[in-house]
Amino acid sequence: MAGRTTHKKREWTFYVLAAFFVLFVIFLYGPMFSIYVLSFQGPNAGLTFPMQGFSLHWFAALFGQARTGDIGGAFGRSIPLAIIVLSLTVVISVSAGLAFRRRFLGSSPLFYIAVASLIVPGLVLSIGIGQGFTALGLRTAWWSSALGAHLSWTLPFGLLIMFAVLARFNPALEEAARDQGATNVQVLRYVVIPILLPGIIAVALFGFTLSYDEFPRSWVTAGTKNTLPLEIWTMVTNITSPALYALATVTTALSFIIIGVSLGAIAMIQRRRSGQVKRKPAGG
Amino acid sequence: MQSSTPARRGRIYLQVAPLTIALVLFVVIPLIMIVTVSFFTFDFVIGAQPSFIFDNFVEVLTDNNTLNLYGATLKFAAIVWALTLFIGFWIAYFLAFHVRNLLIAIGLFLVCTVPFWTSNVIRMISWIPLLGKEGLINQALMGIGIVNEPVEWLLFSEFAVILCYVNLFTLFMIVPIFNSMARIDRSLVEAARDAGAGRLRIMTEVIVPLSKSGIALGSVFVVALTMGDFFVVKIMGGGRSANVVSAMFDDIGILNYPHAGAQAVVLLIVVTLIVTAIMRVVDVRKELAQAR
Repeated sequence: MAGRTTHKKREWTFYVLAAFFVLFVIFLYGPMFSIYVLSFQGPNAGLTFPMQGFSLHWFAALFGQARTGDIGGAFGRSIPLAIIVLSLTVVISVSAGLAFRRRFLGSSPLFYIAVASLIVPGLVLSIGIGQGFTALGLRTAWWSSALGAHLSWTLPFGLLIMFAVLARFNPALEEAARDQGATNVQVLRYVVIPILLPGIIAVALFGFTLSYDEFPRSWVTAGTKNTLPLEIWTMVTNITSPALYALATVTTALSFIIIGVSLGAIAMIQRRRSGQVKRKPAGG
Repeated sequence: MQSSTPARRGRIYLQVAPLTIALVLFVVIPLIMIVTVSFFTFDFVIGAQPSFIFDNFVEVLTDNNTLNLYGATLKFAAIVWALTLFIGFWIAYFLAFHVRNLLIAIGLFLVCTVPFWTSNVIRMISWIPLLGKEGLINQALMGIGIVNEPVEWLLFSEFAVILCYVNLFTLFMIVPIFNSMARIDRSLVEAARDAGAGRLRIMTEVIVPLSKSGIALGSVFVVALTMGDFFVVKIMGGGRSANVVSAMFDDIGILNYPHAGAQAVVLLIVVTLIVTAIMRVVDVRKELAQAR
């Protein structure tokens, strides 16, 4: 890939593009970090710089019974929901990914439905799922209709990641295990899952974070109790105090922990593997 | 390859059954519901009622405002597409061709993708303390003395909407373009250079054609995401901008699902046409299900 053995002098284009890259990263992260900083202001603060004092006031206000709504409850729904979505996304995507290695009757339509689900505006699917529940006389709730809405967003990503991972998976390993008398479950448990583990962690990362942050697909489907992104939206439209930034900081801190743990785990597995056998890292 | 025995085939269908069930329940049936509801009647007092009328479509298609909504939606999509393509292409090119160490390239690539795993709504509101009338950028501009009064069009304007879209969606360009660039055989570039091709010719005759599939895929994502957005237009537009989906969002606010449904059906047709046009350029299925 990008590794070159010839170490010639850098061309001027390198420096131009490197500067462009740095500017892009500042553009990408700068605003995010400015609101994290602003969430640590004192009690009499506003929504913009300069910083007015330094305190944890707005974090305390968030979980006190201020007018900020049910933040604790929103976390209490969004985190379990994200864990359920993560689990289902991993099981369904890995299973379907294995099947998709061969063409089967209906493989094309199924693939296109999955891709369509990425392209259809989230709010449109949200309305459709909500209306479906209404037609059946069911009540929408975060653990039913919103769960389904989130799966419609996470499954296509899970499937595409499994495609990429399985493209580098040698089916001969499976056959060899089977020839040695391994049962289907043993092949899965001792051969397929260990080899695919980095990819499976990536699917889990997508499953959790995409559900945890999903707003448009939750709008009609979450029912009477808000998930976290809906709570944030309510604050965006109602509240003009740094409490909003504090909520954003807490929410994103959790995201960063999940991202760090997942990427760290993938990196660790890859390093251990390249230590055991000298070969190209498989990448995630 | 071994023959596909009935047992093997049975296992394959068992393996895709959960995915099939999930997609039918939460994608196919909801889309059918949207189409169905778009034929219902709506009354402010009793709400939506089952029916089979074309009034909602007539209303959507004859309303002058619809044309404005599509004008705004397509304008945003075109501008954001051009900007994200420009930025995404050069970022991907830098990572794939200029960073010599593979691990560093992957690391920098991850730096570009991490925001994808955080909340879009939060990343959107992050711009408020920067762009506002008393925001950081206005303070800086006045501090340097470029302007005497705060610039008002930075926040709650079309400028803010576009800036936010570019901030949120550029990574959807970077990832697929980087993917296709990473697969370009470096010896092709060497060969072109040895044959006397300059920087420009290598770019236009080797790199761009071989990155085409990634560019097309990124374009599909960016256009679909921009056309499907409503909350950036709602918040960053400051109530002065609207697009098709934000109009649907307003319909839902008054529970007028039939009108929102008709709006959605028309939008889905338009998006499908645009996506199909982009897909004609390249076989996206082959690209997504690569290496087979």
